Amino acid sequence: MAKILLEMKNITKTFPGVKALDNVNLQVEEGEIHALVGENGAGKSTLMNVLSGVYPYGSYEGDIIYNGEVCKFHDIKQSEEKGIVIIHQELALVPYMSIGENMFLGNERGKKAAIDWDETYGQAEKYMKEVGLSESSRTLIKDIGTGKQQLVEIAKALAKNAKLLILDEPTSSLNESDSKALLDLLLKFKKDGMTCIIISHKLNEVSYVADKITVIRDGSTIETLTKGVDDFSEDRIIKGMVGREIADRFPKRHGVQISDVSMEVKNWTVYHPIYTERKVVDNVSIKVHKGEVVGISGLMGAGRTELAKSVFGRSYGSNISGTLLLNGKEVHLKSSRDAIAHKLAYVTEDRKGDGLILSNPIKTNTTLANMAGVSNGIVIDKDKEYAVAVEYKEKLKTKCPTVEQNVGNLSGGNQQKVLLAKWMFADPDVLILDEPTRGIDVGAKYEIYCIINDLVAAGKSVIMISSELPEVLGMSDRIYVMNEGRIVGELSQEEASQEKIMSCILSSSKGE
Amino acid sequence: MDKAKLREGIQKYSMIIVLVLVTLFFTWGTQGKILFPQNITNLISQNAYVYVLATGMLLCILTGGNIDLSVGSVVCFVGAVGGVFMEKMGMPMPIAVILMLLLGAVIGAWQAVWIAYVHVPPFITTLSGMFVFRGLSNVVLGGQTLPIKNQAFVVLFGGGANCYVPDILGGGEGMNRLALVVGVVACVIFVVVTMKGYLNRKKKGYETGNVAAMYIKMILICAVILFITYKLAKYKGIPTSLVWVLIVVLIYGYITSKTTIGRYFYAVGGNEKATKLSGINTERVYFLAYTNMGLLSALAGMLTIARLTSAQPTYGQNYEMDAIGSCFIGGASAYGGTGTVPGVIIGATLMGIINQGMSIMGTDQNMQKVVKGLVLLAAVIFDVVSKKRSE
Repeated sequence: MAKILLEMKNITKTFPGVKALDNVNLQVEEGEIHALVGENGAGKSTLMNVLSGVYPYGSYEGDIIYNGEVCKFHDIKQSEEKGIVIIHQELALVPYMSIGENMFLGNERGKKAAIDWDETYGQAEKYMKEVGLSESSRTLIKDIGTGKQQLVEIAKALAKNAKLLILDEPTSSLNESDSKALLDLLLKFKKDGMTCIIISHKLNEVSYVADKITVIRDGSTIETLTKGVDDFSEDRIIKGMVGREIADRFPKRHGVQISDVSMEVKNWTVYHPIYTERKVVDNVSIKVHKGEVVGISGLMGAGRTELAKSVFGRSYGSNISGTLLLNGKEVHLKSSRDAIAHKLAYVTEDRKGDGLILSNPIKTNTTLANMAGVSNGIVIDKDKEYAVAVEYKEKLKTKCPTVEQNVGNLSGGNQQKVLLAKWMFADPDVLILDEPTRGIDVGAKYEIYCIINDLVAAGKSVIMISSELPEVLGMSDRIYVMNEGRIVGELSQEEASQEKIMSCILSSSKGE
Repeated sequence: MDKAKLREGIQKYSMIIVLVLVTLFFTWGTQGKILFPQNITNLISQNAYVYVLATGMLLCILTGGNIDLSVGSVVCFVGAVGGVFMEKMGMPMPIAVILMLLLGAVIGAWQAVWIAYVHVPPFITTLSGMFVFRGLSNVVLGGQTLPIKNQAFVVLFGGGANCYVPDILGGGEGMNRLALVVGVVACVIFVVVTMKGYLNRKKKGYETGNVAAMYIKMILICAVILFITYKLAKYKGIPTSLVWVLIVVLIYGYITSKTTIGRYFYAVGGNEKATKLSGINTERVYFLAYTNMGLLSALAGMLTIARLTSAQPTYGQNYEMDAIGSCFIGGASAYGGTGTVPGVIIGATLMGIINQGMSIMGTDQNMQKVVKGLVLLAAVIFDVVSKKRSE
């Protein structure tokens, strides 16, 4: 029995309004590769951020025991001193600096103020050899591919004397052969006695590389599978990831009439706005009827948001081609303003980033997408604006002292309601809801589901993009599964199941 | 709860409190000289350009803390061209005035196109404008001072010895009746509008806010209006420059608080992406902000050459800094999205009082700059810290 290197005991972490981690326990033995799997938002990254000191000691409950001692990290620096190094999903490299400079950023070689460049580049080459990266250490980061950049991140971790290496989705932006090379590198490190924690969605990779798999669901650890003891197949892991009861977490819809097609998208193709040769949405055709909730399922980065935004008045992407039909008539929407005028609404997944004006009151946020509704075109009727805001506050049961309250001071669920209110006030026929319940608690989720039901009952169409499988299954009349920019499956409510959706995604990924 | 409310109140009215304290300080420091009728009149006419420019600058700052560095040079250039129109080409005054405003708007639009549609950073675009229009002013004037002799123009834009609205009510020496009547009428209009809004809201069942606070606010504002008009009446009456300032302040106060386009300025500064997704043409908002800045720079240019009765290639230097300073002191956020026209008026007045108070006290010119600089820094620190705390 190997020695336990890391033990996380009863970790609980709460964000305003949400319990992200609930009594999580994790044991990692020295010299093993331990995989963490779970759905988006299950709490994997939060757990690793607690471990590495991103969330400092005191902001969570529970103990971290590392190498036999209780650790109280206040920042990343302290955890790195102990040899715990985390490599985040988003690469943290400076594009216009060389490999060597990046590798020792914040960990510079030399005496006091003066950097010893010879030592920097000399040592950089040494670590690069260890990870099998054949480049000059003076090459700029922007000039090498993402696969090599990932290797630089690992070399950077080695330069910090990492004993416990945490990799968050290390292969998410890598192609097949780069991924394989990276995984083999981890196996080589394991032989040298390194301990790794790897977070990944790609279950085939996890079964290939991991000694143990811990499944996290809804902020709790569900089970730990051990290689050679338990069944390590993808089906078994998926079952652990999604296997929860869907009792009545979703309100029932009664007697909603699904009638004519209200919106149809045909052969829709979109390219990345900056890397214009990269296809992000590939020949997608979908439709939605009046009174229908259509779910779009898929992993992060599947192109769902890009599809929605590009349909919504070309708010994303370049070189968009395809046909958009509203109520059977072809339309060409040139801007978000056009889209709103054609009774389309896009409720963003990023309510803080591009949804709400946090420094403004609820009142002005509610009316922003439909100023014409509270003005004569030029002058705002402030009393009417106030009345509208109060009306929607009551309709959606937004919890706030007054509508003069700044949106930034509300909880996530209430912010989401203000965002919905804004788009409902714009009076659309088709609403595209992008991750409408991300980061909000169960009670508020239920209320949002009720709002969605009210919308379709009023004859509107709802397209719901969601990474949470139970939500998609519980709310949708029909489900499209999207992966790598393409529609890889269309399932009716009766035939859809979590396993089916997952296998649609996984089988299409293998086909690549 | 009460403590939080108190803090919120202090935060909201902090600059008014500071303004009162500073005024009291200088009243004491100058043995009351700062409140002499002549000094109050001077305070207004000397700072007329600051009020005009700061109002325009507010719109730029609202879009996201963006500033316009070129206004000083544009003020100078428009003044120079206008001077040439009137004095060298003998153009009639009304036509010259219209052409000057047009020129300002065109200059503003020139910079606005690059900022709004090509996304050149405003700082750089207007830095370029600062050099270009300073240089062109020198070219137009040939490096010389051009005296402005057109008396109609000078009087209309607040220059010369007799730049006051004529007292049509025939007041005698030492008491201008028109100023008094205007003060009283302004108070009556203000009270009627406030009460009408209040009763209207009450009738329709909307929230009315704290009634006592409304009355206190009304009484205080009326007192300030009456005090100023009384002081003006004791001197020579209403300066024509004050009329221009009032026109600008009232129009832009209305636009920023009551109209949809005004709302868009705040929205763009608060969250540009969200605003764009809400179907608002954010590029046009930038375009309007900088075009308008050019237009108001032209008005400030006219006020400047009228007051100094000449056009010179060195006029308008550091005017942009006075305008920017007034906005930030008046509570506009350095990140955009917040700030009001009344706030800017208070900011500009505070700067003006500090300037004038120190001048009367005989403080060294250079020390005056030090004090102004520190006041500006303090105002922005206050903004940043109070924002952090409210998060």
